[in-house]
Amino acid sequence: METATGSTITVAPKPEGIEGAGFFATSLDKVVGLARANSIWPLPFATSCCGIEFMATMASHYDLARFGSERLSFSPRQADLLMVMGTIAKKMGPILRQVYEQMAEPRWVISVGACASSGGIFDTYSVLQGIDRIIPVDVYVPGCPPRPEQIIDGILKIQHLVETESVRRRDSPEYKAMLNKYGME
Amino acid sequence: MQDNQPATDALTTPEEKQYSYLNLGPTHPATHGIFQNVLKMDGEIIMDAEPTVGYIHRAFEKLAERRPFYQITPITDRLNYCSSPINNMGWHMTVEKLLGIEIPKRVQYMRVIIMELARMADHIICNTIIGQDTGATTGFLYLFQMRERIYEIYEEICGARLTTNVGRIGGLERDFSPKCWNLIEKFIVDFPIKFSEFTSLLERNRIFMDRTINCGPISAERALNYSFSGPNLRAAGVDYDVRVMTPYSSYEEFDFVIPVGTNGDTYDRFMVRQEEMWQSLSIIKQAIEKIKKEPAGVYSAKVPEYCLPPKEEVYNDMEALIYHFKIVMGETEIPKGEVYHCVEGGNGELGFYLISDGGRTPFRLQFRRPCFIYYQAYPEMIKGSMLSDAVITMSSMNVIAGELDA
Amino acid sequence: MEGSAQEKTIGILKEKYEDQILHIDTPYDFLTVSLKAEKIIEIIQHLYHHPEGKFQYLTTLCGIHYPDLQQIAVMYQLHSLTTNNRVRLKVFLPEANPVVPTLTPVFSAANWLERETYDFFGVVFEGHPNLKRILNVEDMIIFPMRKEYPLEDQTREDKNDSMFGRD
Repeated sequence: METATGSTITVAPKPEGIEGAGFFATSLDKVVGLARANSIWPLPFATSCCGIEFMATMASHYDLARFGSERLSFSPRQADLLMVMGTIAKKMGPILRQVYEQMAEPRWVISVGACASSGGIFDTYSVLQGIDRIIPVDVYVPGCPPRPEQIIDGILKIQHLVETESVRRRDSPEYKAMLNKYGME
Repeated sequence: MQDNQPATDALTTPEEKQYSYLNLGPTHPATHGIFQNVLKMDGEIIMDAEPTVGYIHRAFEKLAERRPFYQITPITDRLNYCSSPINNMGWHMTVEKLLGIEIPKRVQYMRVIIMELARMADHIICNTIIGQDTGATTGFLYLFQMRERIYEIYEEICGARLTTNVGRIGGLERDFSPKCWNLIEKFIVDFPIKFSEFTSLLERNRIFMDRTINCGPISAERALNYSFSGPNLRAAGVDYDVRVMTPYSSYEEFDFVIPVGTNGDTYDRFMVRQEEMWQSLSIIKQAIEKIKKEPAGVYSAKVPEYCLPPKEEVYNDMEALIYHFKIVMGETEIPKGEVYHCVEGGNGELGFYLISDGGRTPFRLQFRRPCFIYYQAYPEMIKGSMLSDAVITMSSMNVIAGELDA
Repeated sequence: MEGSAQEKTIGILKEKYEDQILHIDTPYDFLTVSLKAEKIIEIIQHLYHHPEGKFQYLTTLCGIHYPDLQQIAVMYQLHSLTTNNRVRLKVFLPEANPVVPTLTPVFSAANWLERETYDFFGVVFEGHPNLKRILNVEDMIIFPMRKEYPLEDQTREDKNDSMFGRD
């Protein structure tokens, strides 16, 4: 599609399906996945340095809005994606968990940076050694801090997960067992 | 309704007055970092605040006691991560003071360039966030492009954007490349244009001024009693700047003005930072002129036992290999001693109090973290103001969570 | 110039509190005075109000643990913005029972710095308005900056200590 200024706009590619005059048929999974993947509302849980790189990702130069995620949801109840950026100290752990529990299904978690993923260089008494000890994580982004390109790559990986996820996954016994492992219902 | 519920104001005494409590944080979009404040509110007026900190306590000081000296530089990066090069340089200068290393003038000027760029990056973040919190997102989007340009220069100098780990004990790891000089020259030309746009958007903007003037003020006496430093102290009218009072890295040779405010309110803090960015730009220009008069190609002091040699020498030269091994293993000779060195960080006097017992790691290293010290004045500053003023007061104080909690 | 300013500061201290001084040193040109603990607040007040001293800016305050001496030192660093002089004062407290009066009546800035020192070293500042942990979780039972406590997180299982040179 051409705009008035001459730049091209690409729309998300359509999923596989049967097409004819006036109709397009595909499975529900794919339609839901398409819609979800391109309008992820992230909740930035920014605690330290990685949060500053996230600010750069959101700002004009890198512009996360290109991937349909410009609408930050600061309320966990309306968020799809929890972005944990920065060191999570043990004092902060219960709060992170509470935020995760407040999010509605389906929810995804991306752990940005070495600290959130594993504690990073801070193998100390006060730092939680990776957020996957208290909440499940879908995508890990390495780096200390990761460049904005890496954060965008993480978002794209999440988009891929969201797009290909079955609508019934969250009801499956495996998923429930996984949550139970973290002591959640 | 009126019959069974009497009007509250008429019958209750002030002691029985009911207050509501509001928990602001630790994860709140308006706090830009993890700060928790339990606010005691009378309607929309804040009566009292109880800040809780430590949500990102990472035990820097304990960590520093277990790291060889050169490995502490990456820890200092993560103090005030908006201006990490200043922290790196501050730490290097502390160790150089302990070791008694004389740094060549050219390296000092190069450090000044890096530090002033860092100060600008720091102030850009703080001032655009004040704009953001008062509802002016445009400035944030405009000026962040210039911050990206500063990060490009950092990348050219050391390879990293945010947590730079730039320099070595004894100088810098390499000379500025021609591309780097090019980027700096271009930045000097472009910055005033973009910055003037930002300035014209906010500085004399009626809405912005009404919003920020007399918001979160602090008097000079109270600010000094709370040991404020940096732009926040200068906004209150005290011209204390470490660069002038205890010059380091040849700052005494530069010609610059310390801007001071009068009320210590949000607008003054904003304006002091704005002016400091112009001053930083002028300092960078002066430093470039000074470097031209110095012998080219010098980028570190001649202290091979502390400053890592270039890689090609390590592979071809026996002595360089030995030094490289010793430095990397942390087996360098460090004298016993006790030093304090301070630099003017992005938000105030950043001090390093180092006690060395001659071992491979510091015996004790305390970071004087400016925002940990001045953030305790926050309840006093917001008492009696509106909730929305508390938010911009916090963003104008430039409190960085990483530095606050160490 | 520097020497005379330091001598002046020593003179101010000796005016009234000569018996309190244990040791005077100037490592790296920085006047460091070790003092007895009882009158430390009085001495700081004296430095604060003295017309030639005017040490009215508390730069920093911290604790230092000396396990060999079984002592914990509290370091106060003052700065006079009028004369641009700095002085470092130290008091040494027994490790088992470190108690020192609070500095908060003189400097509001001392509030959190003392809380931090309490949090890290367990130094009790008598008369402090709100002496509780500041950075660490409140139910912590150790004072982590004391040398005998380990740095590392004790719950990790993926690290083989012998490979990292730790015992």
